[in-house]
Amino acid sequence: MLEARGGEARIIAGGTDLVLQSQRGQCLAKAMVDITRIPGLDHIEERDGLIYIGAQVTHGQVAASPLIRSRAGVLAEACGSVGGPQIRNVGTLVGNVVNALPAADGAIALFALDAEAEVAERAGRRWTPIATLYAGVGLCTVDPCTAMITQLRFRALGKGEVGAFERLAKRRALVLPILNTAAIVGLDGDKVEKARIAIGPVAATPFVATEAAEVLVGRTPDEASVTEAAELAAQAAQPRDSLLRGSAEYRKAMVEVLVRRALWRAVEGASLQEGEDANS
Amino acid sequence: MLTLKMFLNGQEVSVDVEPGELLADVLRDKLGLIGTKISCGEGECGACTVLVDGKAVDSCLYPVLKAQGREVITIEGLGQDNRLDTIQQAFVDKTAPQCGYCIPGMVISAKALLDENPHPTRKEIEEGISGNLCRCTGYYQIIEAIELACERLAEEGGTG
Repeated sequence: MLEARGGEARIIAGGTDLVLQSQRGQCLAKAMVDITRIPGLDHIEERDGLIYIGAQVTHGQVAASPLIRSRAGVLAEACGSVGGPQIRNVGTLVGNVVNALPAADGAIALFALDAEAEVAERAGRRWTPIATLYAGVGLCTVDPCTAMITQLRFRALGKGEVGAFERLAKRRALVLPILNTAAIVGLDGDKVEKARIAIGPVAATPFVATEAAEVLVGRTPDEASVTEAAELAAQAAQPRDSLLRGSAEYRKAMVEVLVRRALWRAVEGASLQEGEDANS
Repeated sequence: MLTLKMFLNGQEVSVDVEPGELLADVLRDKLGLIGTKISCGEGECGACTVLVDGKAVDSCLYPVLKAQGREVITIEGLGQDNRLDTIQQAFVDKTAPQCGYCIPGMVISAKALLDENPHPTRKEIEEGISGNLCRCTGYYQIIEAIELACERLAEEGGTG
């Protein structure tokens, strides 16, 4: 259908961003193709250790999903922070990626989970890491006039692996974040086996703090190592001065606070799981 | 022009719409249901909240064609024959409205919450109406009204 309209039609799912863009004249498409009634795009399921989420799945469905809550709780927390209930009932997680904003709560958790997207285009379907789809603020390399993201997938968190999402905003709902972060910590006994930290909006695209996460690996997650990781994350983050979000200086300082909170909560969760393992 | 069919407040209605129109505008301007309010027009305030297939949505951001074949409930769909619905009556009894502009959206959000979760905690009520802004009341009477509605609905044995 998109092909028949030669680039003048574009995909719409929930439309909570697109309707606004369209009213502001930022969307020039002459027609919209609504994908929310196409069968086969509404799944949240686990296969071979991977969790798949279809393009129709809303933030509300992700936040309420027992599978996501138990195997990727960080994503449920993030999706539960988007907008308010009315927005979460309509806006989709895939839409969060297509809009490519560095502050999108759902996308930040997907970066921490190292998610991939399935892109359906004329040449066929392909899987690609979501990071490859980001070309700048609000710029997704998947052109909604010729292609679409059909689903997302990421590895389900295993035993001893827990994530946490933290957000700083002026109000508790209906407001874009000043900063947000998703951290995942995997413990082997009392040592960190793996860690991944994503932060927004501190760059043109969601930012993965690789060095900060690596400094934790192989160490006991104590005050010293967690603080070191949070400091490294703050050093690497490049927030801008923003009238909406506050000064760069303030936000850089707050990155450290948020990352530390998220890491601690992830560590506590992971330690609990490891403890259960040791006792059983 | 396209003809949209939906089940509005329990009745099947057909209305001619333009593809780009939004549900809130069609409800107010074409169907005369002005109980649904428009305030921010960008999904930030919840004044335009209606139920689509039982889920609360911001009708100011909802392309009207998405409602094709769906069940839509507005504030006019609550209660009957000049008798207020239980949630509405609880809002009156707790003096929850001040200026009143946010109240239709608040009542619809409360209905969405109670239909899904008849015994919410105070925190769940706060979350349930977190998509609705009120500039007058500070929310306390609204939350108390929803708590009162829960009690009465439990006594009545349903959310009728």
